[in-house]
Amino acid sequence: MNAFLGDLWYSARESLATLGRVFLFFLQLIAFTPRALLRFRLVVHQIFNAGALSLVIIMTCGLFVGMVLGLLGYDLLSRVGSEEILGAGAALALTKQLGPVVTALLFAGRAGTALASELGLMRATDQLSAMQMMAVDPVRRVVVPRFLGGVIAMPCLTAIFISIGVFGVQLVGVGQVGIDSGSFWSQMRSAVELDDIGEGLLKGAVFGVACSLIAVYEGYNSVPTAEGVGRATTRTVVISSVVTLILNFILTAIML
Amino acid sequence: MRQTRAIELGTGLFVLFGFAALLFMVNAITSERFGIQGAGYQLSAEFDNIGGLKVGAPVSMAGVTIGRVARIEFNPKDFRALVHLRIDPQYNSIPNDSDAAIFTQGLLGSQYIGMTAGGSETPYKDNDPIELTQSALVLENLISKFLVNFAEGKSKPAEESSK
Repeated sequence: MNAFLGDLWYSARESLATLGRVFLFFLQLIAFTPRALLRFRLVVHQIFNAGALSLVIIMTCGLFVGMVLGLLGYDLLSRVGSEEILGAGAALALTKQLGPVVTALLFAGRAGTALASELGLMRATDQLSAMQMMAVDPVRRVVVPRFLGGVIAMPCLTAIFISIGVFGVQLVGVGQVGIDSGSFWSQMRSAVELDDIGEGLLKGAVFGVACSLIAVYEGYNSVPTAEGVGRATTRTVVISSVVTLILNFILTAIML
Repeated sequence: MRQTRAIELGTGLFVLFGFAALLFMVNAITSERFGIQGAGYQLSAEFDNIGGLKVGAPVSMAGVTIGRVARIEFNPKDFRALVHLRIDPQYNSIPNDSDAAIFTQGLLGSQYIGMTAGGSETPYKDNDPIELTQSALVLENLISKFLVNFAEGKSKPAEESSK
């Protein structure tokens, strides 16, 4: 019993220490951000890696999420005879919840894993140590641009996901099941306000910071073996997804 | 070098896509419009009860949207709702005895202000008040009125039969 309590105490202390380490790492990244923005070419390269290369998956998923929303929403709303508000409901769901959350989950799977495994492999092949030998700070040269690339790419990806999603809803709602396109759009316009879009993009930005931070932290601090890199990649996806959903609840509760 | 150029191009395209998406969202999904706000002239109208009227709701005349609700206030002197309407500048010949009423779009839809033209020769000017107004129909009031009538109607034959 005593040993069990000891273990519990140890793991609690250890998780607290991990949280502290992540936060200190975050502060370090923030401190280096202004100087990294001066060498913008490195950041641009990472925006390309995190953002432009994720475009295809984001757009495909956005389209199909929107289309499913259209079908489900129509099925439900036609029972109460108010199909016109499909546009309003689907657009609100997309801008406020589905857009940022699904984008963040896809981002963690597509860009987060790439970041973590790249940094982990750099660590395993001693590239980071080599940089330190040459008096180049690897955090400043390698980690910060990757972090910033993810942070900048996420709001853009969220906006693209939401737009494509609304297009998907429109495709099913107006094109397939035949809701009047005028009332579809006007109901949507009267229901969605600028604040809703701001909320969606703010969520996207927060998730972008969280997912990028987790990815670079896990990659940078991975165990320098093949297994360690694999574990870091897995942990990135798992932790990013859980943190995204928890943050989403907190942000929704705050902004409701 | 050539590869870097391609990457920069791709990134530029990506960011452009993001902004295009943002613009699409603001313009197509919300009622917000760039630049148009502030144009036109204002009218004010007092209502006993505005129901679920919201800022941004359309003001229509003969079914055509001619403006929007700009501001809703509570008048503490006579305990009525003071609604400011912003009318688009091209509709500058509305007779100044036209009346305003609050209607509902569809059965459960949002509420809007419908105006009916009067017969006056002089048009409304900026900051004119609309004198003739009709409040929103609150469904609960309607139902309770109906129930009271219904109950009264029913109790009469019951009294007769007891005699």
